Amino acid sequence: MDSKRRKFLKIAGISAIAGIAAPSAFNSLLKGEAFASGGHGHQAESHGGGHEAAPTGKQYGLVVNVKAFADQPGLGEKCIHACHSIHNVPDYGNKKDEIKWIWIEKYENAFPEHSHYKRNEELHKMPIMTMCNHCASPPCVRACPTQATFKNQDGIVMMDYHRCIGCRFCMAACPYGARSFNWRSPRGVDELGKPFIKRRNPDYPTRMRGVVEKCTLCNERLVHGLQPACVEASNGAMIFGDLNEPGSEINKVLKENFTIQRKPSLGTKPSVFYII
Amino acid sequence: MPMYDMNKILPGLIVFVGLVTFPIWYNGGNAGAVPKPEKPANAKECIRPTAEMRTSHMVLLNQFRDEVVREGKRGAIKEAGGVTYDDKSLMLGCMKCHTSAKKFCDECHNYAAVKPYCWDCHLQPKETN
Repeated sequence: MDSKRRKFLKIAGISAIAGIAAPSAFNSLLKGEAFASGGHGHQAESHGGGHEAAPTGKQYGLVVNVKAFADQPGLGEKCIHACHSIHNVPDYGNKKDEIKWIWIEKYENAFPEHSHYKRNEELHKMPIMTMCNHCASPPCVRACPTQATFKNQDGIVMMDYHRCIGCRFCMAACPYGARSFNWRSPRGVDELGKPFIKRRNPDYPTRMRGVVEKCTLCNERLVHGLQPACVEASNGAMIFGDLNEPGSEINKVLKENFTIQRKPSLGTKPSVFYII
Repeated sequence: MPMYDMNKILPGLIVFVGLVTFPIWYNGGNAGAVPKPEKPANAKECIRPTAEMRTSHMVLLNQFRDEVVREGKRGAIKEAGGVTYDDKSLMLGCMKCHTSAKKFCDECHNYAAVKPYCWDCHLQPKETN
């Protein structure tokens, strides 16, 4: 009797262990195989941080010549004004509510991953023009619950303000701080009665309170054959073009110059490049 | 069949019917002034027949919005009469002919008590008067 019970418990225990372990062992074996082959590609991608994905369509991008902006004081402000005046970007007059489509960043803030130890002093004084990177793999698009922000057919990370519910998930997801939230009505006035939008451009809408806004790479100008407003105002210090078109000017510039991107290790594949 | 409290129920019914139909007889059967949206001075035909525009312009506007914003198809619209309009746009298209939102859009929207939110973001053409 005793030996029989002992035998029964042994068999039951072994089969229970086998039952639990077998599927997971199988799974890990199968996954291990898939991981081994997929892992390599992934690693290569994150190291390169580049755009080696098959060119299935356009991917508009920008090259910013930082040296040119440093040599021409006031050029950055001119670009910002060109953009913000065309797009009715409000100026709320304080840093907390600030709305920015394109702005000037310090070198160490724009490129925090780079070592700043004993870096050239001049570099730290350079104005780095920053805007939405129109990433090839945009984290904001994945975070948006309403698809109000999405990757359009030109590779632009577009905003559909009609759909934005103001949840600000995209702002949390964007590693570049390229998105701003309208805490107040852009149509409003400050305490002194001065409107937040100094002069309204009658050809472009404003936004309303409670939506997130950002650079849309002037998609409304591109269809009319114009360059983005900042590029037009930059005297050639910024170059615009299709990164997926082999013969484009931007690709030529990228081939001839050493360029860096903002936080490439995050794998967002930014489309804005900087010549330092 | 006998009916109890006839002397209370009948006047009560008459008062009730009178109250319910009050708006009709108070206005003397007149439905009120029909809205008269101002027609554009420089164009004869719209991009769609008037009847269609009257009933479903909002559907068309939503369709244009989605095509422009989401698909990037900002292209020109060809009208049946052979006129081509450059922009599939509220501010750069529609409002170039219908130059006053107050005299055109609001006329009917106020009458029908609908409040579209177009002008929360889009800018109305500058009112001339």
